[in-house]
Amino acid sequence: MTPTLNEYLFISGLLFAIGLGGVIIRRNIIVIFMCLEMMLAAASLTLVAFSRFNTVDGLPDYDGQVVVFFIITVAAAEVAVGLAIIVSLYRARQTINTDELTSLKG
Amino acid sequence: METLPWFLLLLPLASAVIIQLALKYSATASSMLSTLSVVVTFIISCFLIGSTAEGYQPWISIGGLDLGIGYKLDQLATGMMIVVTGIGMLVHLFSLGYMKDDKAKARYFAGLSLFMFSMTGIVLASNFIMMFIFWELVGLSSYLLIGHWYQKNSAADAAKKAFLTNRIGDFGMMIGILMLWGVMGTVVFADMNVGHFSGLCTCLTGAIILLIFCGAVGKSAQLPLHVWLPDAMEGPTPVSALIHAATMVAAGVYMMARVFLSLGITPENMEIIGNAPDVIAWVGGITSLVAALMATQQDDIKKILAYSTLSQLGYMVMAVGLIAPEAGMFHLYTHAWFKGLLFLGSGAVIFSCHHEQNIWKMGGLFKKMPITSITFLIGTAALTAVPFTSGFYSKEGILHAAEHAHNQPLFWLAVCVAALTTFYMFRLFFVAFLGQARDHGAEKAKEVPLIMWLPLAALAVMAFVSPWLSQSILPIAQSWDLNLHVMPPMNTAFFASIGAFTVGIAAAFVLYFGKDKDPVNIPLFRNKFYCDEFYARLIKYFQDALAAIIHFFDEFLIAGMIVGGLSRSATGIGNMFRRYAQSGNLNSYSFLMAAGVLLVIYFTVFY
Repeated sequence: MTPTLNEYLFISGLLFAIGLGGVIIRRNIIVIFMCLEMMLAAASLTLVAFSRFNTVDGLPDYDGQVVVFFIITVAAAEVAVGLAIIVSLYRARQTINTDELTSLKG
Repeated sequence: METLPWFLLLLPLASAVIIQLALKYSATASSMLSTLSVVVTFIISCFLIGSTAEGYQPWISIGGLDLGIGYKLDQLATGMMIVVTGIGMLVHLFSLGYMKDDKAKARYFAGLSLFMFSMTGIVLASNFIMMFIFWELVGLSSYLLIGHWYQKNSAADAAKKAFLTNRIGDFGMMIGILMLWGVMGTVVFADMNVGHFSGLCTCLTGAIILLIFCGAVGKSAQLPLHVWLPDAMEGPTPVSALIHAATMVAAGVYMMARVFLSLGITPENMEIIGNAPDVIAWVGGITSLVAALMATQQDDIKKILAYSTLSQLGYMVMAVGLIAPEAGMFHLYTHAWFKGLLFLGSGAVIFSCHHEQNIWKMGGLFKKMPITSITFLIGTAALTAVPFTSGFYSKEGILHAAEHAHNQPLFWLAVCVAALTTFYMFRLFFVAFLGQARDHGAEKAKEVPLIMWLPLAALAVMAFVSPWLSQSILPIAQSWDLNLHVMPPMNTAFFASIGAFTVGIAAAFVLYFGKDKDPVNIPLFRNKFYCDEFYARLIKYFQDALAAIIHFFDEFLIAGMIVGGLSRSATGIGNMFRRYAQSGNLNSYSFLMAAGVLLVIYFTVFY
């Protein structure tokens, strides 16, 4: 039995919600970063699912899957930059706990 | 002929503007220009005697209200113009001498020109709104000239007092004008008719007349707004002569005469305005009595003359109230000349005594300043109604009017005032001009220069001949039975007048002849019935209390709660957001952002 589009979208929404929840709740920036990646993956999953179920002339529409490749590429670059920021942040402040990084306080 | 009156109006204005803009630093040129303009206007006024004409320049038209700048020449206006420009001319000449060494001569002459412009506007005005505009302009120029020596606190205060007191009266006048417009549907004098009043409650018509009279009460310094005029003597003496004796203060009487004549109110139809004439007559009568009593105890030569002016203005207002505006105008006309003479004479005395104004520090001036003294004596004679002087005929006219109206109390009140007038004027004359010099200023006094005694001489001539010229200058004064004969008729008014004069001069001779200090001391009169003190208290307790209440409203209700409250609540809400939302915590920021995105999605999808 093949899963339906709704099931894919449900899973993707779940992933996104878990990611968002992690971003909001967790205090460790590394974990927050991982949760962000999870949200990106959820978005990618949605695109793939739509691509799979949107057929053109009997074949899946591959446009969505192409976009996912772009997302993965951009995400990889983003991870590199983000981790570099975290490292330099740690060097500067000796912490990566968001509770202690409140210099934006108004 | 049609354009001449416009010159009358615009020449002084041009002079004032040119002096103010171009000649401010050239005292001689500005004084010459100002004097020239008034001489030319006097000549024009002489040409216009007896002519009737109207001119009109549209200005504002709103709905049914057409306002224009127009002139209305008739007997009343041309006669008044002679008084205004004639005395104005002599005062300008006198000022050339009196203000010779003043530092702000140009400003002084600009002020005089502005005054001449405003006064001409009042006299020529063809409608009530234009008259009101010039009425206020006269108040302004009076303010500027009283405060000419504004470095002196007393002069600055007096100017302010004059302006504020006048404003109180003018406010009533404005309401009166608006009510008159509401009833008549016009503000043009020529279109007014007492017929519009028929069918209206006398309480309304009387209120209109009395509200308009409020303006006259302010400008002509009647009780209870008389307090500004004595203080106005802080201004230069020629200004006191021109504005605060001869012309501006008479504007109230002129305005009332203009209104009564335009409406056509006569003794036959006076019931239509209710009790207003009685009120006016009694205000005038009481003012004349109270002012005369105050004058008997003043020591300042100009203050005595100021109270005497108040008293004489009271006479004129009384005549207007007795529905004899002709008699009032006639007294205005004669009074202007001899009171101008007395003020300029006092100016000459003050000038010679090195700005000493206390009569008890003068004395013996008759020998040192014969021309001034003789002209002053002539003015005094005219003011005290010596037979064959101008004041005699006009005062007789007012006594007649009182007798004619069967108003015995006012008649005897006027006689009492006549006696008091004689008393205080001869007190002044005996003390200041006779006897021995009591101070250095008076010892060294000498006759004033030609430019100053020439106007005195001209005015002294007018103090005699003005009634005889009135036939041609102010024929309106003759429109009722004024017995202008060489031999006055033998009647009650004549004997009362002569009797009052005799009593007054006898009392003054007994009490003051040859005295070196005042043998009489009546604090009530000396302190002007404590009017100023009363007003000070009134202001202290009522106005200050009112101000405190308003201040409370302003401070707490408006500033504190409405304006301040709004800004404070905005600050408070902003602070709340700052404290709770802007925590600096990454997690709460991301939560808020997610919540925001969710809300946007929710609203876009489900609404």
